[in-house]
Amino acid sequence: MSKPQCVIIGAGHAAAELCASLRRLEWSGDITLIGDEPHLPYHRPPLSKTMLDPDAEAATPLIRSTEFYASKGITTLTSTSVQAINRKAKTVQIGSLHLPYDVLVLCTGSVHRLPHIAGTNSPGVYTLRTVVDAAAIRECARSGLKAVIIGAGFIGLEVAASLRKQDIKVTVLELAPRVLARTTSPELSTFFELLHRQHGVHLHTGVAVCEIRKTADGLIVMTRDSHSFPADIVVLGTGAAANTALASQAGLAVDNGILVDAANRSSDPAIYALGDCCTQMHPIYQKRLRLESVQNAVDQAKNAASAITGRPVPPAPMPWFWSDQYDVRYQIAGVASGYDELIIRGRVALGQSFSAWHFRQGRMLAVDAINDPAAFVVAGKLIAAGLSPAPAMICDSTISLKTILNTTLESPDARPR
Amino acid sequence: MSKVIFITPEGETVVVENAEGNLMSIAVDHAVSGIGGDCGGVCSCATCHVHIDPVWVDRVGPANDIESGMLEFTSHFCFNSRLGCQVQVTPALDGLVVRVVGR
Repeated sequence: MSKPQCVIIGAGHAAAELCASLRRLEWSGDITLIGDEPHLPYHRPPLSKTMLDPDAEAATPLIRSTEFYASKGITTLTSTSVQAINRKAKTVQIGSLHLPYDVLVLCTGSVHRLPHIAGTNSPGVYTLRTVVDAAAIRECARSGLKAVIIGAGFIGLEVAASLRKQDIKVTVLELAPRVLARTTSPELSTFFELLHRQHGVHLHTGVAVCEIRKTADGLIVMTRDSHSFPADIVVLGTGAAANTALASQAGLAVDNGILVDAANRSSDPAIYALGDCCTQMHPIYQKRLRLESVQNAVDQAKNAASAITGRPVPPAPMPWFWSDQYDVRYQIAGVASGYDELIIRGRVALGQSFSAWHFRQGRMLAVDAINDPAAFVVAGKLIAAGLSPAPAMICDSTISLKTILNTTLESPDARPR
Repeated sequence: MSKVIFITPEGETVVVENAEGNLMSIAVDHAVSGIGGDCGGVCSCATCHVHIDPVWVDRVGPANDIESGMLEFTSHFCFNSRLGCQVQVTPALDGLVVRVVGR
């Protein structure tokens, strides 16, 4: 009998972890990893952070070494695009080749949500998704240049911080009335606005960019209210959408991401989807979430590896994220969306450590920790256990995190209501 | 170039000769069980928690501030806890023994 074939499309964090997990669980079938970039899976978070520093190590930070894939008998096809999935024949099409699969795993990630702005294809306008994009921005970014960043989400703000370190003049233009509007509270937005302004970023919120004009001297970013911002380079950080092109074409169920069950199986039981490209019911939050994070990609890969090897799927983990901007380490435990109460522990001010604890109807949803990793870890433990500390304890800085943790673990009132 | 000995949560011993870099990346490259390194080595995930063999604790040194914050409330925190990504292997650490905590 021939060995089962696992074909993985996409070569990001989820794909790398799936390869490692399948072999750790002693899956003996063949594994083929297909990616359209020239590199094996690499760490993407540094793209907007350390990799924009011209003094940073230029090597691509691989998640697993080249030798790892070879030693585990994993075939890697880089710079390779899949044109179509044939579910009936159970093959994927690469040019004239039809590669058979028994298990297909889609790790296709996300694509840029390009804004409706004229001129985004001009030279000097960049998006940031790959090491090639990061290298291009790094090369362009020389001291004395002017950069305009469109979008003040995580990518936009991290790029702003990285470029300011090199003394580049940075302007950030955001459509929403505040930065990080999609993910955090107005209180935290205000903190990040102060942080960036303190570091010399020209930040404008509530502005709609309508055109990027190419002139003899460079680029001019025009807003709908007729302001113009000259730029040598423009970086678009306007969000991402699930890359579901192959899945949709193959007729899989898709709704803002490929729909998957608790084992990350799609509407076709032979096809799994992991990471940014899929959407899954989250038992802690009781709603479908599509998360763009390393944690989500890695944990979903572990799910799929368990399912593929016939093991029970591990319990759903708590989502977590991080961002580095200047000297601020921002860590998020959980998902805050839908909160109705915010409790601040510490003081929201530049140079301070503090944390913001989000609740909905008395139940803790998420905690934002600014230079406070211990608060991040404590909150993460409680959220994962479905426990909510008493708000009065959180805002009392004389009560230690240790007491908050232990009291909540032992309190009958901490259970979900 | 130093030798590092990892003892996995399952009790398996993995000996890495000519180890270079930090303990997390060395462990990931050698598929040492129980080490995740999900954040890529920026002290943000605590999936590379190790216990330094007590005889090596002084030579390895203490955790830095952010690392201490990550470790303090992490399960199985102990006096000899470190995050592997924050421990750079130097010639002075030739022969280092660490126990991987795992999850």
